Amino acid sequence: MATTRILEWVGRFYIFLLLGFLYLPIIIMGLMSFNASPFYQLPFEWTTDWYASLWQNDQLIAATWNSIEIAIITTILSTVLGSMASLALYRYDFRGKKLLQALLFPPIAIPWLITGTAMLIFFFGIGIGRGLIAILLGHVALALPYVIVVVSARLQTFAPELEEAARSLGANQWQVTVRVTLPWIMPGVIAGGLFAFAVSFDQFVVSYFLSTPGQTTLPVEIYAAIRKGFTPEINAVSTIIIVVSMALMLLTARFFKFGGEK
Amino acid sequence: MAGVQVANVSRSFGAHKALDDVSIDFPDGGFYALLGPSGSGKTTLLRQIAGFDFPDTGRIAIGGESVERVPVEKRRIGMVFQNYALFPNMSVADNVAFGLSVRGEPKGTIATEVQRALDLVQLGKLGGRRPHQLSGGQRQRVALARAIVTKPRVLLLDEPLGALDKALRVDMQIELKRIQREIGITTIFVTHDQEEALTMSDRIGILRDGRLVQEGPPEEIYDKPQSEFAATFLGDANIFRGDATGNGIRLPDGTTIAAGSGPSLAAGAKASCAVRPERIQISTGAGTSEAGYANTLRGQVSKRIFAGNNSTYFVDRDGQTLKVIVQNTGAERLAEGQEVILRWSPESTVLIAA
Repeated sequence: MATTRILEWVGRFYIFLLLGFLYLPIIIMGLMSFNASPFYQLPFEWTTDWYASLWQNDQLIAATWNSIEIAIITTILSTVLGSMASLALYRYDFRGKKLLQALLFPPIAIPWLITGTAMLIFFFGIGIGRGLIAILLGHVALALPYVIVVVSARLQTFAPELEEAARSLGANQWQVTVRVTLPWIMPGVIAGGLFAFAVSFDQFVVSYFLSTPGQTTLPVEIYAAIRKGFTPEINAVSTIIIVVSMALMLLTARFFKFGGEK
Repeated sequence: MAGVQVANVSRSFGAHKALDDVSIDFPDGGFYALLGPSGSGKTTLLRQIAGFDFPDTGRIAIGGESVERVPVEKRRIGMVFQNYALFPNMSVADNVAFGLSVRGEPKGTIATEVQRALDLVQLGKLGGRRPHQLSGGQRQRVALARAIVTKPRVLLLDEPLGALDKALRVDMQIELKRIQREIGITTIFVTHDQEEALTMSDRIGILRDGRLVQEGPPEEIYDKPQSEFAATFLGDANIFRGDATGNGIRLPDGTTIAAGSGPSLAAGAKASCAVRPERIQISTGAGTSEAGYANTLRGQVSKRIFAGNNSTYFVDRDGQTLKVIVQNTGAERLAEGQEVILRWSPESTVLIAA
């Protein structure tokens, strides 16, 4: 009896520690974005000045919009292309299919630093150079394997008879895909899209290699700002992003029940 | 409605001949069972007729129209799959409506037709349910309603009762037959269950190793099997092997067995005779005369299995175990170890070429 109770408390304490480890730094950062002192001095004095001055920081705002735009376009492009690729790999047998599938995984394991360097050299070589287009192309390339892996995993649970049944009822390939296959793999597509968004929005290394001073993303801009001298504006912008992205995650989890039926 | 003609269809997968020169005429409005063990090619043939796969050689026609290169979605067929293949993301009504909806039928027509189909399979009130909320038997009915609502030319059933338990399966056999009669649709039914094939179909085609072994009405195949395989796969049979005599065979020990039907074979050719267990009379060996019967054999009961309405006797005779089924008429039962005499008529005996 007593041991069970002790174990229960140890368990609770462990979870508490875990959550603290995950969220304490974020909470402190959030609080500090509302503290008047730029040097984190206590006592805590409430202010929204940092949010106000953030509004004046054109460079940071421009970088934020760049990041959001690139993340959204990356999500759309890599989700559409990746889902299509997964369907093709699922439906058709062609020469070199096994090789192609094997080659999809290594990019996930290759350090971004190396991928970034390779992309920089490659984009210069073919004349794209650096800038937002280069960053976008890089992000799509980084996100694609994640989407394909996640959507393909979901497709493994799909019963091929469902497509056959739909065809026997007179549905053409497009109707089969849109009305039968897609609804089934949707949780995978959404999860793949979230991965793609995260890969792009969080991306620092590859973006850093491919950005130019005027054309940059938020993580790169934050890094540059910290090097020049840290201001709580960074806390402010980070807090906004955390609130928005957590809200997005929770909404997605609420509307799309991962794991299929029920 | 339309009949289906399969002519000289062959299909190989690598070195494996799944279908080898199969020709069958499926009559318009009939209920046809394709019967065979697994790997016999029956499902491959069904998929050829459906259009999921195309024959290497041969022709397939539905309603006189050549379809061997027409894809599934243009063949106007209805199919029920072994695991039902209901769309999990749709309600029962939407599942049934699917075929009409992809054809772009107006909403009003769809609603009426769907309701009529659901009523036909006695699921009129369950249109709003999801497939996972239904029992196996109900899913089966939804799959059937979905397949027939588009008024297909042919209904194809791939072992549709395989996943149901015994009692439900018998119910569904009757139900399926009723619906088939009601709409009069040409139906092709794949099964490995001989009882199902016998009770449900107007005609049976027996397949083995990609070849059609025999086809015809159930009674004909049962009474006049043309091969040992047909005799033993559809129902039970005692097989005697020997040399043809002209109207029967001579067993190695010299006993002759007279057959009432079968091909005419040259005397001395290897041949066999098939006799159904329920056609043999069994009685105690002592005091029973062989006179008056063309076919008699003496043996010893090695085992008796009592099944209520009948008993099965296993009789050992010259190294062979014969099976005899006797109806429970109240007559005295024979004991194990007893000497017996078996008697049957030539009309109950079919000669088969080896």
